[in-house]
Amino acid sequence: MRIDIAKDVLARNDALADENRRRFADAGVFVVDLMASPGAGKTTTILATIAALRDRYRIAVIEGDIASRVDAEKISEHGIPAVQINTGGACHLESAMIRRAIDQLDLDALDLIIVENVGNLVCPTEFDLGEHAKVMILSVPEGHDKPYKYPGIFEISEAVILNKYDTRSVFDFDEDEFRSVVGRLNPRAPIFPMSAKTGEGVEAWVAWLSERIESAQGGGSHDAR
Amino acid sequence: MGICDGILTSAVQAATESGASRIERIEVSIGELTEVMDDALRFAFEALKEGTMAEGAELVVHYVEARSQCTECGAVFRHDRFDPKCPECGSYVITLVQGRELRIDAIDVE
Repeated sequence: MRIDIAKDVLARNDALADENRRRFADAGVFVVDLMASPGAGKTTTILATIAALRDRYRIAVIEGDIASRVDAEKISEHGIPAVQINTGGACHLESAMIRRAIDQLDLDALDLIIVENVGNLVCPTEFDLGEHAKVMILSVPEGHDKPYKYPGIFEISEAVILNKYDTRSVFDFDEDEFRSVVGRLNPRAPIFPMSAKTGEGVEAWVAWLSERIESAQGGGSHDAR
Repeated sequence: MGICDGILTSAVQAATESGASRIERIEVSIGELTEVMDDALRFAFEALKEGTMAEGAELVVHYVEARSQCTECGAVFRHDRFDPKCPECGSYVITLVQGRELRIDAIDVE
């Protein structure tokens, strides 16, 4: 017997993502999902973002990793609430994992949640978490040809951080070529060259993020802490 | 893995609701602009179907090519992801018509 289903494979994930989105909207919290390869500098970027924005916004971090609490501990040391999700082998976060994580946070006491996705340029692109924006980080040592190899993540990201920009003289990174291919894949995404480690270029990224937070909250900045 | 899990969950749910005992075949449509790799999908399917009512099932994948409609002139055309340019008028202002599908179409059950 044949049964017609005609249903989206990710329907269950998407339904839970919509629920997450409603909870974020009710609490007035902006959620950004940071995606990158392992070692691109996700945690360092989060720490730089926290340092720049902690006086203006109440921030929490959801850390996704296959195993370990290393990154969550690094965030907690800075006095920022951090929830660790261990995916136990899965190569990306899903909306059900985010739902369990936000149950451990006081959403009403937050303006911004930064989600650190599992280090992977493929799988995180297909999974809606209920976030407001997906942002990807590419680091200079990874090479300017990455958009050819992993186009999906560039297409879906609302902004691209080009991290470790201070090392560009050491690597053969062709920035014009990079900008041209990203521009074809996703003409609307701004590219932020920066070094999360030295702080170079971080202002442009946090200015963009602040603008997004303000517009999601309907304008008017909140007095943090 | 998560995508394959979604396929199996939907298939098993539909089969259970219909009172079937075994799934023989699962048909899915996957757009070529998704990040699904054929080998990885089949590997995950073989691993995850064990111990479910889809244990003996065959996975049939229909790949869907990317097609867009030009917002300027209305032409519908096939393209790859790096050059989504209208061949009629040269515009890049387009709307994707197909190519991002991740859909379970039908199952054959017993």
